[in-house]
Formats: sequence, C-alpha cells, structure tokens
Amino acid sequence: MKILVAIKRVLDYSVKVRVKTDHSDVDLANAKMSMNPFCEIAVEEAVRLKEAGVASEIIVVSIGSKAVQETIRSAMAMGADRGIWIDSGEAALSPLTIAQLLAKVVQAEQPSVVLLGKQAIDSDDNQTGQMLAALCDYPQATFASKVTIADSKATVVREVDGGLQTLQLALPLVVTTDLRLNEPRYVKLPDIMKAKKKPLDTQTPESLGVSLNNSVKMIKVEPPSERKAGIMVPDVDALINSLKNQAKVL
Amino acid sequence: MEFGLSTEQQLIVDTVRSFVENEMYPHEAEIERTGQVPLELGLEIRDKCRDLGFYAANMPEAVGGGGLNHLDFTLLERELGRPSMALSVFFGRPSGILLACEGEQRERYLLPAVRGERFDALAMTEPDAGSDVRGMKCYAKQDGGDWIINGSKHFISHADIADFVIVFVATGEEQTAQGKKKLITCFLVDRDTAGFEIRKGYQSVSHRGYHNCILNFDNCRVPAAQILGEVHQGFDMANKWLYGTRLTVAAFCVGRARRVFELALPYAAERKQFGQAIGRFQGVSFKLADMITEIDAADYLTLAAAWKMDQGLDADREIASAKLYATEMLARVTDQALQIFGGMGLMSDLPLERFWRDARVERIWDGTSEIQRHIISRHLLRPLGC
Ligand SMILES: Cc1cc2nc3c(=O)[nH]c(=O)nc-3n(C[C@H](O)[C@H](O)[C@H](O)COP(=O)(O)OP(=O)(O)OC[C@H]3O[C@@H](n4cnc5c(N)ncnc54)[C@H](O)[C@@H]3O)c2cc1C
Ligand SMILES: Cc1cc2nc3c(=O)[nH]c(=O)nc-3n(C[C@H](O)[C@H](O)[C@H](O)COP(=O)(O)OP(=O)(O)OC[C@H]3O[C@@H](n4cnc5c(N)ncnc54)[C@H](O)[C@@H]3O)c2cc1C
Repeated sequence: MKILVAIKRVLDYSVKVRVKTDHSDVDLANAKMSMNPFCEIAVEEAVRLKEAGVASEIIVVSIGSKAVQETIRSAMAMGADRGIWIDSGEAALSPLTIAQLLAKVVQAEQPSVVLLGKQAIDSDDNQTGQMLAALCDYPQATFASKVTIADSKATVVREVDGGLQTLQLALPLVVTTDLRLNEPRYVKLPDIMKAKKKPLDTQTPESLGVSLNNSVKMIKVEPPSERKAGIMVPDVDALINSLKNQAKVL
Repeated sequence: MEFGLSTEQQLIVDTVRSFVENEMYPHEAEIERTGQVPLELGLEIRDKCRDLGFYAANMPEAVGGGGLNHLDFTLLERELGRPSMALSVFFGRPSGILLACEGEQRERYLLPAVRGERFDALAMTEPDAGSDVRGMKCYAKQDGGDWIINGSKHFISHADIADFVIVFVATGEEQTAQGKKKLITCFLVDRDTAGFEIRKGYQSVSHRGYHNCILNFDNCRVPAAQILGEVHQGFDMANKWLYGTRLTVAAFCVGRARRVFELALPYAAERKQFGQAIGRFQGVSFKLADMITEIDAADYLTLAAAWKMDQGLDADREIASAKLYATEMLARVTDQALQIFGGMGLMSDLPLERFWRDARVERIWDGTSEIQRHIISRHLLRPLGC
C-alpha cells in the first residue's frame, strides 16, 4: 500500500514574523524555514503506518522553489522512501492550484492514502486537503487525531467542536492531520545520511499539465495590532467591576 | 568556497538543537539548584542518543560510531554548547584517543565506549603539573608483565561517572635540548582496580553538576596489556589525539554564546527605560553589534580549523587560535549580556549569571589562554629560528 504525503516549507514556527515595509508580504529574507508542523505530523503518521506493516511505500511531494528539496530530504530522513519536487519557481500559489497539482500526482501514483497537514502555519488556509479530495473524488477525513487502517478501511477520529467524531471511510482517501495525532520523532543520524541517496523526481506545472492561473491575489499584509499591557486588579470584586465597566463583557 | 550548510548538516544541527531544547533545557534549573544530575536522567539521555545514532558521532562507522568528519562534528558540538554541560556529557563523545586501542583492548574499552556501555575520563593534570604536562610526578614502574602506578591526578572531569580512566603516567626520563624530560606512557585503568581510588574533587564556579575528581594511585598494579599505544609514547599520542578536543571547546563557546545572544537581543528590544527600549541607546546597541561580530568571527575560525583537519592538513595553530579567541569571546559576550540585563542579570532566577560563571573555565582547561598564545607564537617564530 502506497501513502502519499504532501508537505510544505514554511517560516519556522519559532521565528518572529516581520512584514515587509511595503506591506506586500511577510519578509522571508534570511528567515529560518522548516517543514510545516502539521505536515511533519503527516510524515510521522505515514512512517508509523509503514512501521506497523500497513504501508509499503511513502512518497512525499512538495511544491515550490529549489529550496523545498531540503524539506523533502528532511521527510526522507524521517522515513519517506522517495520524493517528488514540483518546481513552481517563486510563484505564489493558491490552495486550489496546489490541490490541482497534487491531484495530478495522485492520478499518477494511485496511493491508497493521501496525508496532508490540516493547514500550513503561514497562510492558515485549511483548504488544500478538502479541495484535493473533491478533485480526486476521494472520501476525506480532516483534523485527524487518530488513524487506523485495517481490512481496506480507514477509521479516523476527528477533532471537532465539542468533542471527537469517529468516521469509517473506504480507501483511497484523503486525511488531514491535527496537532494531537502524534509527536514527530527526532531523525536518526544514519537516516540523515541515507536521505541523500533516496530518489527525488522533479516535475513542473507544465509537465503535469496544470496552468498556474492564480484565482487569489494578495493585496496587503499587516502585522496584528499590538496588544495593550494588562492591568493588575487587587481582588475579585475589582475584577468583576472592571469586566463590567471597562471591558464591558459582563 | 562554500559557507552555507548542506541539507545533511542542516538536519544534524536542527535535530541536535531540538534534542537539547526538549530533552535538556527543562532539567537545567534543577541541576543548578542541586549540583547533581540524577544518574537515571543521564542514562535516559544516553539511551535516547544511542537510539538516534548520535552517540559517539565523532567515532568512525567502522567501530560503530556516527562517522562524522571534523567539520560536521564541530557543528554538532556547537549545538551541544547550548545546554548544561552536566547533561550534554551524556550525549556521548568518547575520547578519540581510544581509537589507538589494539587487540583485546578494542573489546574491553573502545567498542563498549562507542556503544555507550562504558564511560571514559581522561587524566593528565596533577597538582604540580598543569600546563607543564611533562612535569608530572605520577609514575609507573615495570614489575614482570605488570606496571605499578603511584601518584595522583586532580581536576579530572566526570571521572565520577567513568567506568575507566585513560591516564598519562611518567615511565622514565630522556635527555632533550631543553634538559631532562619525562617519558610518558598512557594506561587504561578500570574503575574498580585495586590501589586505584576516584575521589570527589573541588567545588567549581563553572558547570554545576559536571564534577571534577581526584584520582589516587597507591601501588596500583596494571598489566602491560592495558598500555594504550607504545611504552614512552604517551606524550606524542596526546599531541596526536588531543589537539582536536581543544576545537570542541571552541565550538562549545560559539554555541553557548549564540544562546546567550538570543536572550540579550530581544531583551534589549523590549526592556524600556527613559521612555524607550534600551536597545535605542548606543550604549546598549553597540554592545550587541560587538557581540554578534565576535561570535561570528569565533565561529568562522572554529569551522575553518575543522575544515583544515578534514583536509588532512596541520591545523594545530588554527585550533589554538580558535580555542583562544572563542573562549575569550565567550567571556566578553556573557559579561555584556549580563550587563544588558542590568541587576536581574546577576540573579539566579535568570540563566545569565550561570552562563557568565560557566564561561570562566573555558579559558583555563584544555590549555590556558597563555598556553594557546604560546603555541600560536611558537608556530610563527620557530621557523625563523627564534
Ligand atoms: C574544571 C576543570 C576540569 C578539568 N578537567 C580535566 C580533565 O578532565 N583532565 C585533565 O587532565 N585535566 C583537566 N583539567 C586541568 C586543566 O587542563 C588545567 O587546569 C590547565 O591545563 C591549567 O593547569 P593548572 O590549573 O595547573 O594551571 P598552571 O599550569 O599552574 O598555570 C597557572 C597560570 O600560569 C600560566 N602559565 C603556565 N605556564 C605558562 C607559560 N609557559 N607561559 C605563560 N603562562 C603560563 C597559566 O596560563 C595560568 O595562568 C581541568 C581543569 C578544570 C579547572
Ligand atoms: C544586588 C543588588 C542590590 C541592589 N540594591 C538596591 C537598593 O538597595 N536600593 C535600590 O533602590 N536599588 C538597588 N539595586 C538596583 C540597582 O541600582 C539597579 O539594578 C541599577 O540601577 C540598574 O537598573 P536595572 O537593573 O533595572 O537595569 P536597567 O536600568 O533596566 O538597565 C539595563 C541595561 O540598560 C542600560 N541602560 C539603561 N539606560 C540606559 C541609557 N540611557 N543609556 C545607555 N544604557 C542604558 C543599563 O546600563 C543596563 O546595561 C540593587 C541591585 C542589585 C543587583
């Protein structure tokens, strides 16, 4: 059984985000980039499914400029078997375009499970997995916190408002991962060294027959307004008083 | 020339960084308070490093190590400069000199050290012989197929957790151009050997929880099979294998300095006095400018020396320069960082005072700053007949 994992290279979660002075975008110059944490969870889940004997091959795919190869290699160090880099240059891509590119890869590879992060911590769209499932006409289970695959069926526990929902789905399917699905491992030194030798295939939007006509245009980026410092209140009465009269939330 | 990290190097750095942040930082405050690493914790760190294949990363793959070259290992050591040394010692970097093990020594010392089953410590220094290693008084006399060791060593790092000690002992004298000099032999001595005692050492201002010990040899009988290398060749062996460990001191200092800098920079941007961030005052901002410039300089000196070693070139002078500059840089950087924190910098509620204390030993061990300057200047002047 094949698993396809889509991964995105994003600004590292620990970096303090700066906006470019012309407000055109977030400033990525010299900033540390890493694999999107939800994608890391997706890779980890795939590796666990392989270790459990459920999956036989893990393919990772990433879309972007040359630098995403590094992200693919780190997924390989975690345990992915081979990679596909879709060279889209520096173009900004909308979730629909990404989903269209991924759908072509799904068509070619015919995986039983497609794993994606539920969202990327840069644009926070939370759309790609859903759109991909629609384009492929696959069932989908988003926000997964537990994934079990047996007897050609997937049982996925989802984190939803107010609790957990359990779905049973037929394969092939799309799963997007939530934070509590697993804790990604540290990569092993020998696996870092092996990652270099794993096959990495290059594709382009043209070779996949997808045109990059972007339906979404970014107009302006602004930093969130600074939060005012809090105040100290002496006792509960003062707290209730200020919630009523100053914050006006009671 | 290539100054960026390869994908593999970046992965090594990222992995070690997240390992020390998640597995070591949370225990640091407690170790500072108690001055002791619970052995279970140390062994847990060791076990995790073993599982990750990072244990003994400095040793060749042929003996079961990680097989990193000097440059990659220096990058790893740089990350290990960040956490408490009392914890990072369990990350496992057996002394490279163990590669001189031969025959059954490999099974008894080298391989178990690489597997993390036996810890080693290395002993040269004595109360009357520090910088002047060849002035050592600890001596061994041959008795049939055995050697009998007498004397003592002090300041021996982490001998409290060592299963065996690599110890340098005088075994004779020779006439040299500079007068009589001791001939030195290197022995491998197991912890429980009769006549060998490992005692608690002194209380040090630097690296709480990372202990130094006193070793006593009282008619300690050791078979000749436990000589590492050849009889009388210990001094040359030390020179051959131990220059490299000096570079790890430099790498430690660079990593530690970056951690300190990462605390001082945002503090300067956030702490307000006189109605604005203190980073707006040149008195503070120029400190930051000097700090980062010196950190980068030490970093490049260190990496360049490691690169030279990987090329098989003589790097003794460059290693001495890196060790000298990085250790002195760390002293200045920790002092300035503490200054930027003002009064709070001195308080043990924050780690600044600890980094400042820890930095002090770096200019002393593995050859003092003066000895490094001696090495550097002799390299320059000796060829001129001076
Ligand atoms: C915490 C700690 C851990 C240690 N761990 C180990 C260990 O694991 N194994 C080990 O073998 N040793 C260890 N050492 C010993 C360390 O290497 C020595 O302290 C160091 O070599 C200096 O020797 P010394 O302390 O005897 O000082 P000395 O050699 O007595 O030096 C005193 C002063 O004289 C200066 N000086 C000496 N000779 C010259 C010269 N020719 N020219 C100019 N100045 C000179 C020195 O620079 C220094 O400022 C450790 C030391 C410490 C503090
Ligand atoms: C052990 C101890 C005992 C003390 N005892 C007392 C006491 O009994 N009574 C009392 O009232 N106080 C006491 N103090 C407080 C002491 O006087 C302050 O710590 C000191 O004035 C510095 O203030 P700060 O720590 O808030 O640092 P900050 O004022 O926040 O300074 C932080 C850094 O910014 C720099 N800086 C600030 N402003 C400027 C500027 N305009 N230009 C350039 N650089 C600037 C400072 O030099 C420093 O490096 C004590 C402090 C200590 C550590």
